[in-house]
This record gives sequence, C-alpha cells and structure tokens, in this order.
Amino acid sequence: MSISLKDKTFVVMGVANKRSIAWGIARSLDAAGANLIFTYAGERFEKPVRDLVETLEGNHELILPCDVTSDEDVEKCFRTIGEQAGKIDGLAHCIAFAKTEELKGDFSETSRDGFLVAQNISAYSLTVIAKYAKPLMTEGGSIVTLTYIGGERVMPNYNVMGVAKASLEMSVRYLAHDLGRQNIRVNAISAGPIRTLSAKGVGDFNTILKEIEEKAPLHRNTTPEEVGDTAAFLFSNMSRGITGEVIHVDSGYHIL
Amino acid sequence: MAEVMERVTKVIVDRLGVDESEVKPEASFRDDLGADSLDVVELVMEFEDEFDMEISDEDAENIKTVGDAVNYIESKK
Repeated sequence: MSISLKDKTFVVMGVANKRSIAWGIARSLDAAGANLIFTYAGERFEKPVRDLVETLEGNHELILPCDVTSDEDVEKCFRTIGEQAGKIDGLAHCIAFAKTEELKGDFSETSRDGFLVAQNISAYSLTVIAKYAKPLMTEGGSIVTLTYIGGERVMPNYNVMGVAKASLEMSVRYLAHDLGRQNIRVNAISAGPIRTLSAKGVGDFNTILKEIEEKAPLHRNTTPEEVGDTAAFLFSNMSRGITGEVIHVDSGYHIL
Repeated sequence: MAEVMERVTKVIVDRLGVDESEVKPEASFRDDLGADSLDVVELVMEFEDEFDMEISDEDAENIKTVGDAVNYIESKK
C-alpha cells in the first residue's frame, strides 16, 4: 500500500545535493503526489537545488533561500510561503552544521563558538522555524526533523553534533507538547549513517558505515529512500496518533 | 592512465561545470577550477563512486590537483 499526499503542501528545508537525506524525503513526497516548496541555505546551493527539483515528477516552483541563523530571514521566508502557497501541511527540517574541526578528536576541546554554532543551526533552528511555520498550518500539520543516535549516546567523533542532536530531540518533545493543541505533530527520524556531504565532515565516516553492515540487525546501511518513505508516513494521516516521537530508521542498530 | 584521466575529467566537468580544456593534471581544484571546500568533498565522493573505492580523510586532504586525483586512483588499482 502506498501513501498518497495529493493536494498536500510540504516545505523541504536543507537539500544540498543528490545525496542529501532531504532529497530522499523530497523524492518520496513527490512520488506520493505532494506539492513541495524548497528552501536552501545560501546562494551556493541555489543552482544545485533548482537543477535537482527539475528532475521531479511534480511542478514545484517555489524555491527560496532561508538562513536559519536569522530570525528575520526565517520570518520573511515563511511570509513569502504564506503569500504564495497559502496553507502548508508540514515541513521537513533537514538542517545541521558544525565546524569540521569539532567533528574529530576530543569533545573536551570543543570551543564555545563551535558549541554555540552547532546548537544554533542544528537545534534552535527547529524552534524558530516552528514558530513562523505554525500560522500556516491552519488545518493541522506535521513537522519532521532528522537526528542521529549520536544524540543519545557517545559515537566516535560526533562530539558537538551529538550534544546538538540531544538538544534537538528534546526540542521535538517540547514543541510537540505546545503545538499538539493545533493538531500539529512534531517527530524526529533518527537515521542510520548515510553518505551525505555533511556526514563526510565526521571524522572516519567510512569506518562507521562498515560497523553498521557488520553489526546492525539488518546488516545493511540505511538509504535516503528508507528515510524518505518514513517521512512520507509521518506526513500522512496514517501516523495521525504519533507525536513527540523519535523513530529509528537505522537497520536496527539502536538496539545494540 | 589515459582511461583514469578521462573518467576523472568527466566527473570534474559534470561537477564543476568547467570546460574540458581546463582540466589539466596541474590544475588545482580550488585555485584553477573554482571549487569551494564543499565542491572538493563532493568531488572526492564522486571519485569514490566512479572508481568504487574508499578515499580516507587523510588521503583526501592531499588531493589538491587533477593530477593528485589521477595518481591516487592509479596507485590504488
């Protein structure tokens, strides 16, 4: 049975290239017939995102810049979305950043600035986005963000990003509590490691992939398609009873 | 060698949108071909896919020119 998201509109934030998990989500939602709006992090990503969106089935014309470190920018972005699209039914927050030098070596060496940058872009951004997206979800909605097991327990080199993901996961719960009154659900997908541009910034990433193949119950690595299909479920009416949840799409690695 | 150079060139042309004639062994990704730091990471990932190999972080740091990439790939075959 496949999920239909026809006549639904979702904002996909954070596509960087064809390997992005956000792109896996976009493809699943596109295949389910949804209307999509894309936001990208800065000028550098505009052309790659536009080129990718061209390849989708649906005609998704609204593609906007959104700098999540600026309240004004987030407000402006969602104001434009409101003006052009009217209501939305949800959004996929696929945004995280930490300095490469903080993603290897000792966590105890983390700089104050590096810590705050990771929290700002990877965790706080969900809250400010929820604030400005909420008024557009007039018929209820679903917010999905991406996390990683490194936010629950220590994973080599994940360091400052693990602390940011812990903060993000707790934000999911507080936001779910607030927004539930408006029938807006907030959930996270904890994806297994996927070979994305961001993941390549984590020290010794290829070794992490091998460990999953060897040890995870399903003995294979997670694909962006698997995450995309879980996101489609979380955006659909089939998941209407689920909020404040972290769903692991990781070949079962989290049970070990 | 020629075959690796050809495939490396194709990856670079597709990825960076540069003209084939600019892709010379001595050309630096950053200084001559206009790549930013993310482009370089993307290129390394494309090489890994194209040649079905793994390039470690330490090795990737030393791949700065087209020739570096070709030599590295040749040495691992």
